[in-house]
Amino acid sequence: MMGWNALMLSLKEIRRNLLRSFLTVLGIVIGVGAVVTMVTLGNGATQAVSDQIASLGSNMLIVRPGQRLMGGRDAAGSPSFRVADAEAIREQIGGLEAVAPSVSTNVTIVHLSNNWSTVVTGSGNAYLAARSWQPISGRSFSETEERSGSAVCVIGETVRRELFGSENPIGGSIRVKQFACEVIGLLAAKGQAAMGMDQDDLVVMPLRTVQRRLIGSQDVAAIFVSVAASSSVERAKMQIEELMRERRHIAANENDDFNVLDTRQIAETLSSTTRVMTYLLGAVAAVSLLVGGIGIMNIMLVSVTERTREIGIRLAIGALEREVLAQFLIEAVVLSSLGGLIGIALAAVGAAAGAHAMQVPFLFNPPINVLAFAFSAAIGVIFGYFPARRAARLDPIEALRHE
Amino acid sequence: MNDAARPASTPPLIRLVGVTKTYGTGDAALQALRGIDLAVESGEFVAIMGPSGSGKSTAMNIIGCLDVASGGSYLFRGVAVERLSRNQRALLRRNYLGFVFQGYNLLARTSALENVELPLLYRGEPASARRTAALAALDAVGIADRASHTPSQLSGGQQQRAAIARAIVTHPAMLLADEPTGNLDTQRSREIMDVIAALNRDRGITVLMVTHEPDMAAYADRVIRFVDGRIESDTRRERTVP
Ligand SMILES: Nc1ncnc2c1ncn2[C@@H]1O[C@H](COP(=O)(O)OP(=O)(O)OP(=O)(O)O)[C@@H](O)[C@H]1O
Ligand SMILES: [Mg+2]
Repeated sequence: MMGWNALMLSLKEIRRNLLRSFLTVLGIVIGVGAVVTMVTLGNGATQAVSDQIASLGSNMLIVRPGQRLMGGRDAAGSPSFRVADAEAIREQIGGLEAVAPSVSTNVTIVHLSNNWSTVVTGSGNAYLAARSWQPISGRSFSETEERSGSAVCVIGETVRRELFGSENPIGGSIRVKQFACEVIGLLAAKGQAAMGMDQDDLVVMPLRTVQRRLIGSQDVAAIFVSVAASSSVERAKMQIEELMRERRHIAANENDDFNVLDTRQIAETLSSTTRVMTYLLGAVAAVSLLVGGIGIMNIMLVSVTERTREIGIRLAIGALEREVLAQFLIEAVVLSSLGGLIGIALAAVGAAAGAHAMQVPFLFNPPINVLAFAFSAAIGVIFGYFPARRAARLDPIEALRHE
Repeated sequence: MNDAARPASTPPLIRLVGVTKTYGTGDAALQALRGIDLAVESGEFVAIMGPSGSGKSTAMNIIGCLDVASGGSYLFRGVAVERLSRNQRALLRRNYLGFVFQGYNLLARTSALENVELPLLYRGEPASARRTAALAALDAVGIADRASHTPSQLSGGQQQRAAIARAIVTHPAMLLADEPTGNLDTQRSREIMDVIAALNRDRGITVLMVTHEPDMAAYADRVIRFVDGRIESDTRRERTVP
């Protein structure tokens, strides 16, 4: 009976002081909402980056001409690789799964009245293997096609959509500059990577086809190397560097005029960047939680004068200390949890919209919801309850005299 | 009611023995009560008079169990109040006392009806009984038609009457009223006094009332004068007003 009375009293009190109740709830809504939104978006961005790295393929090395570090000679000054370099890697270094020399160029491709600007990569099946990417319909290249540089290609989902629409692309023909090229395969869609980079916007042709018909040189711009899961990426990288120094006649005291990128290195760099970003977002959110908390604190403390008199009146007409406290505790709990729930709901909407705008995945994160809720509720309860407790322990006459 | 009619074993309703009250400590200490001896029987109507600052409100607060004495003993129905716990004193207020404050002390933004219902709520009475009793109390003080008004929508006299309704709604054994007509004109004061006198006469509620006005004291059958924290005189007499 007393519990019910206390609940009714609390609800009445909340309704009676609508503005104060609203401001208290608002403080908690802002605190919870900000933290949950920020952390959810931060997690989404981190996830997006690691997805993107995973889509590069793991255990992959990318060998490119030019110095790694800025300030030295760049790729333009360094001699390109040749197919022979890739063959040397394949033959002389063990524990590799695929070695794919490649070259890329931007071109506009045409099918009937549709045209589309995209990146054409000249490489071969090894490239698809290195990136663990297989055609979902059609087929990959035959040995003959790769060797002779046939006008055949495998296309990504975006290219299919833009050029072929509802038409079946397999066996269809696209025009690339002066020559017509037959579509033999369609790659499985990988979807959007983080920050709006479309991974499915590509055309793959045999290396020789692109060298001869599109760029007119024997150059190889990059060699993709996939290391077997059982062997050491680190060792493979050192062996490749040694072999390339030898083949490019680089003296012991000279810097490399090429570099070998390790996808794990990229992953580490990128994820440390996103980690910093998440910390930053978290810090901003923590500040807003704090500001929300201070807001609640202010409202609660400002109303203490008025409430102390109220407590005095209740005590004077026969309320017990614990009855008064139950009322105030319930009031604080109701307001805080209401604010917490609204905050979580708004954060879910806000984070979903933000994730959509930033093109990162929306990851619902229960722990942060619980944590933010608990923190704000604790602030609400502490600052609603403890001033009330102090007042309820006064003699009624002292509480009444409070101005 | 006279002393001979009362069995010797029954203690007076209240008895104060050498009650003192000191505010503050050290140099700043102020003795508001310097030893009060007083006994009031059930059913009496006592008026307390005296100059401002003589300790009337201080004594009323102690008798109303809102405050505790610094020294001496206060017995309510033979029970030493200073030995009771805070909760026990709260229960005593809840079950036996009605208090009308010098400054009303109604809950703000709360209707007169809800204010009057509040003591019943803490007694655990069901909602319908609360409402009926509160309306009856408001009717007794003549403001039943203002039941839904909040204190800020009531005149000073109406607030005073709502405060009286809240004090009497529980049918207390003793009504303590600290200048219940302090802010009212003569006409309103008389109306309030008629209500209080009727409660004393018809329901046998013991009344202790502080007042500055001899006209109001005339309703009482005993007048106690406070001067400088002491009782200067204690006169029983026939009421001059019915
Ligand atoms: N909380 C307090 N702290 C310190 N001094 C107090 C306190 N309350 C009352 N006093 C002092 O105690 C004395 C008695 O005060 P009290 O309120 O009992 O007077 P009173 O007889 O009711 O006067 P009035 O007729 O003006 O209401 C006064 O001198 C007053 O200043
Ligand atoms: Mg006074």
